[in-house]
Amino acid sequence: MFRRLLDWLEDRTGVEGAVKHFLYEDIPHSSGWHQVFGSVALFAFLVQASTGILLALNYAPTPGEAYDSLRYILTQVTAGRLMRALHHWGASLMIIVVVVHMIQTFVWGTYKKPREATWIAGVALLLLTLAYGLSGYLLPWDNRAYWGTVVTTEISALAPGAGPLLVRLLGSDGTSIGAVTFTRFYVAHVQLLPPLTVLLIAVHVYLVRRHGVTPTPEDEDQPRKKFYPEQVAKDTVAIFGWFAVLMGMSILARVPLGHVADPTDLSYVPRPEWYFLFLFQFLKWFEGPLEVVGAVIFPALAVIGLVLVPFLDRGKMRLVRQRTGAIGLVLLAAIFWGGLTARAVATTPETREMDMSLVKPWQEISAGDMASIGLFRRAQCGSCHELGKSGVGPDLTAAPSSRPASWLEEHMKSNLKAPGLLTDAQVQTLVTFLTKRGDKAVEAWRNAPQGAVEGALIYQARACASCHRLNGAGNDLGPPLNGVVERRDRAWIEGHFANPPKYSSGSIMPSSQFKPDQLKLITDYIMAIPK
Amino acid sequence: MESMENGKKYIVATSKATPESFLTQSRRSFYAALVSALGSAIGGALALPSVAYLFGGHKFNPKSNFVEAAKLTQLELGKPQEVTFERTRVDAWRTFHEKVIAWVVRTGEKNVVAYAPQCTHFGCAYHWEATRNQFVCPCHESRFSIDGKVLGGPASRPLDRYSVRVENGKLLIGSEIRKA
Repeated sequence: MFRRLLDWLEDRTGVEGAVKHFLYEDIPHSSGWHQVFGSVALFAFLVQASTGILLALNYAPTPGEAYDSLRYILTQVTAGRLMRALHHWGASLMIIVVVVHMIQTFVWGTYKKPREATWIAGVALLLLTLAYGLSGYLLPWDNRAYWGTVVTTEISALAPGAGPLLVRLLGSDGTSIGAVTFTRFYVAHVQLLPPLTVLLIAVHVYLVRRHGVTPTPEDEDQPRKKFYPEQVAKDTVAIFGWFAVLMGMSILARVPLGHVADPTDLSYVPRPEWYFLFLFQFLKWFEGPLEVVGAVIFPALAVIGLVLVPFLDRGKMRLVRQRTGAIGLVLLAAIFWGGLTARAVATTPETREMDMSLVKPWQEISAGDMASIGLFRRAQCGSCHELGKSGVGPDLTAAPSSRPASWLEEHMKSNLKAPGLLTDAQVQTLVTFLTKRGDKAVEAWRNAPQGAVEGALIYQARACASCHRLNGAGNDLGPPLNGVVERRDRAWIEGHFANPPKYSSGSIMPSSQFKPDQLKLITDYIMAIPK
Repeated sequence: MESMENGKKYIVATSKATPESFLTQSRRSFYAALVSALGSAIGGALALPSVAYLFGGHKFNPKSNFVEAAKLTQLELGKPQEVTFERTRVDAWRTFHEKVIAWVVRTGEKNVVAYAPQCTHFGCAYHWEATRNQFVCPCHESRFSIDGKVLGGPASRPLDRYSVRVENGKLLIGSEIRKA
């Protein structure tokens, strides 16, 4: 039955014959493990395409909303965090495999006549891969994305002659970027680059088939092999290995989301993605008017050099172990790239930016609301008012209370489990909370960790809000506490509590002596509040 | 196996083949099995999260979010009234204020029913016709009684209802819609 279906399909379309033709291609006897990288690169592209399409299904491609929708993917959508990690790490691992593929062809010298066009198509594919990296970098629309892309557009402005045109093409005014640049990067990433890539891959693979896999001089007297099954099996093993690394990284290594892009945040120090770090470091060598050499002329010459490789090296095919010049060049390039990258990593200050995809509602509500949740728990109001259910008393999370404040006050005082469990001021705090709380506070009410709630109770008891602002509530006599974790470390904050003037001269903050456990609670709490 | 034969012929005919350069049958099957096994593993590991992502839905705050829609004193017993109120709605990554309309019938001292304003046929906005004592949809003439039952027309189920609560003389309407 199945056979008949296949025969019918073969007769009408020839698809089975085409597949067989593809699989039973003759390849040289010497083919083997060193030739698996092209297949892996193709597979990497397919992974990027499919995860990219899936991400796009939950992504709003406008500045601002892009950030919110990515945060939604990371915190709300099933498997969303994994999908984003696959796309993020997949990009890096794709760059690696594409470069390894290129190094292999270079070292073996397989670009030589008649395969020059195959090599040039490959160089174009490498540039496309890098273009995905550059355009995709902006799409999360966090500070990293924004400031990184500002640098990209400013570098393109340096291009001799074409600079102003390039800047206009990228939708920038030369100093800042906005909605137009964002949209152009998005369109490039999802509408222009993919069809170009598919086209070039088709050309590249067609040319490989047209000229056949390159034989070595030793292949002359050897019988040829079939692509399937031996080489296909080797390719599959390599793809499996590449994919296993990708899955492992995606599960184990969290990809953070920074603060939403802020063009006024001048404290942000942008860094490019790791594979461009060497260029970033390289630029430091060129000062003033020479900058254009490092930023534009050198990269352009490097690309032109790559394209010209098959025309510069036109000797006869030689065995790979005799190609010492090529191997030496690769080693030199590796040292150049590795040294610059290592230097860039070493001089990059450690980022203290919070991962905003991990921020929970309790970290975004006022300390007063958090303290109220603490009072609600401490007074065991939940034994009658179970959250999310109507029990002995009504469910208080369904809607803000519509009772008059006087009624609520009276109700609380007459139903306390023990007299004096809440002071009058604390009753007032709780009444305000019950009538005014927002949706985020309800979420926090259900699941804020008790330690953070205790920290907020200390914050409230010490009246920190009479000088400091935190999540919109409090005064501005002292510095705002949002994002303090990005400015100070734990030792500084804890030491500062005991002796403020020692840490910031002229401080009028009174010193606070805490017991060790209390000091930890209050410090943990304020360090959890995002910028 | 045919192609295998072809392959052999080709190789024998065109080059100085040595016997050991041919794959033995068992190695061939081993390679083929390896390709299928690893291929399926990769496919499965990609498909599983993709299916979860597409069909797994998103975490949803199940809070029913009641807001005040009217005072009880404004509602006449047994007379449907169109009530407009505002509420905050979370739509995936967006949060916004919106106006909501409900057809509200006070059915007792502390009992109120609130119907969602769309016809259960194709979602047109219906209205109350006092003279005929029924809700009428202008699109396809579906008609409903004051208690939401279908009286005629193409609608197949009664009017949908909002969850409601009556507290301290106020009508609160929730975001949840119950289908009859």
